[in-house]
Amino acid sequence: MITEVLTVAAEAGETTHNPIIPLWQEVVLGLIAFSILCFVLMKFVFPMMEKTFAARVDAIEGGIKRAEAAQAEANQLLEQYKAQLAEARTEAARIRDEARADAEGIRQDILAKAREESDRIIAAGGEQLAVQRESIVRELRSEVGSLAVDLASKIVGESLADEARSRGTVERFINELGPAGSAGGRR
Amino acid sequence: MTGQSTVLAAEVPFPPKVEDFYLPSILPWGEHSVWLTKITALLWISVAIIIIFFLVSYRKPQLVPTKKQWIAESMYGFVRNNIAIDMLGKRGINFAPYLTTLFVFIFLMNLWAIVPIAQISPNSHIAFPAVLAVISYVMFIYIGMKHHGGLKYFKHALIPPAPWFILPLLIPIEFFSTFLVRPFSLAVRLFANMFAGHMLLLVFTLGGFAMLNANAWFLPFSLVSWAMTIALTFLEFLVICLQAYVFTVLTASYVQGALADEH
Repeated sequence: MITEVLTVAAEAGETTHNPIIPLWQEVVLGLIAFSILCFVLMKFVFPMMEKTFAARVDAIEGGIKRAEAAQAEANQLLEQYKAQLAEARTEAARIRDEARADAEGIRQDILAKAREESDRIIAAGGEQLAVQRESIVRELRSEVGSLAVDLASKIVGESLADEARSRGTVERFINELGPAGSAGGRR
Repeated sequence: MTGQSTVLAAEVPFPPKVEDFYLPSILPWGEHSVWLTKITALLWISVAIIIIFFLVSYRKPQLVPTKKQWIAESMYGFVRNNIAIDMLGKRGINFAPYLTTLFVFIFLMNLWAIVPIAQISPNSHIAFPAVLAVISYVMFIYIGMKHHGGLKYFKHALIPPAPWFILPLLIPIEFFSTFLVRPFSLAVRLFANMFAGHMLLLVFTLGGFAMLNANAWFLPFSLVSWAMTIALTFLEFLVICLQAYVFTVLTASYVQGALADEH
């Protein structure tokens, strides 16, 4: 290219213009025009573009970051829920076991109490029976005594006015009967 | 342009000359002034178009971009991510605005080479590439001095870690390649590509007319010549994009060299 230019220049040697010598007017104009261009573009246009680029990057990266944060939070919540669920499960199992143990204890307790109660009731019944028997025996004894006396007085026809005497007779009679009567009452 | 205006003339100016690049003043007075020619008009139009486009499409930036905003953003994003950050790392973000401005400016200035009616790139005048190259040159030296601390930068840039006996050879080479050739190669590369591209289009367009004028039976050759013009216009578009990209990448690479801590 350069050699071509030089040959062209040589051919045009007799002309007033040399293509590789700049015209000073054009240098001045070029400098002014390019300075204006640089000033306007570098001051008003390209910084704005950088700002827009930055804003765009920010918007995109901000979105990604927000999404990542949300994801992390969701994961954390999930973990938390899982942990809580597991805890609740073990808790429930523990409560169930406890309840089962309690129920068993209570059952044993109630059984023991019932047995005790029944024992107590049986014992009380036996005692009462014995007491009643005693009183019945005592009643019978007096009744039998008077009956026997009446019967005897009727049979004998003789009044046994003297109480002391009659009592002594009856006592003696019953004592004679005693062994046979008590053996029959026990049965 | 010259070809179109002289279609009916018997004499087509062939071959094209350097003077074809130096168009007369647009103003009716002061014919020899170069302050307002087609070239400088295109320069101002480029600046106006870029400024208006970016201000309009980025008046109300939104998080979800509109179509216009997206186009403006993707231009900036292309230079920012594929040139600035790729070559300079995180620090590249600070340089992305300048590199994008540079890229868009060179691209539109180049594009005039194939825009109908305009059809010449201001960058085919070396003044504009030279201005941009000098800015890049001053910028990378300034950044280097700021990064390494004054003159230490030159020590860092000129003295590679090599055995002492080879340094007398290396230091002049480093000096030559880094501090002498760079601005010229940047400026001349862009200028020469645009100059040669315009020259090629002129040659094939005017050549068609010249052949036709010489002999009516040369019409098929003229048609081939004009078909070549169309094909070369596509090639020119490729060169336009490529040179805008190369200029920006090289500027970024010089800054990278100035910021490098190790060789």
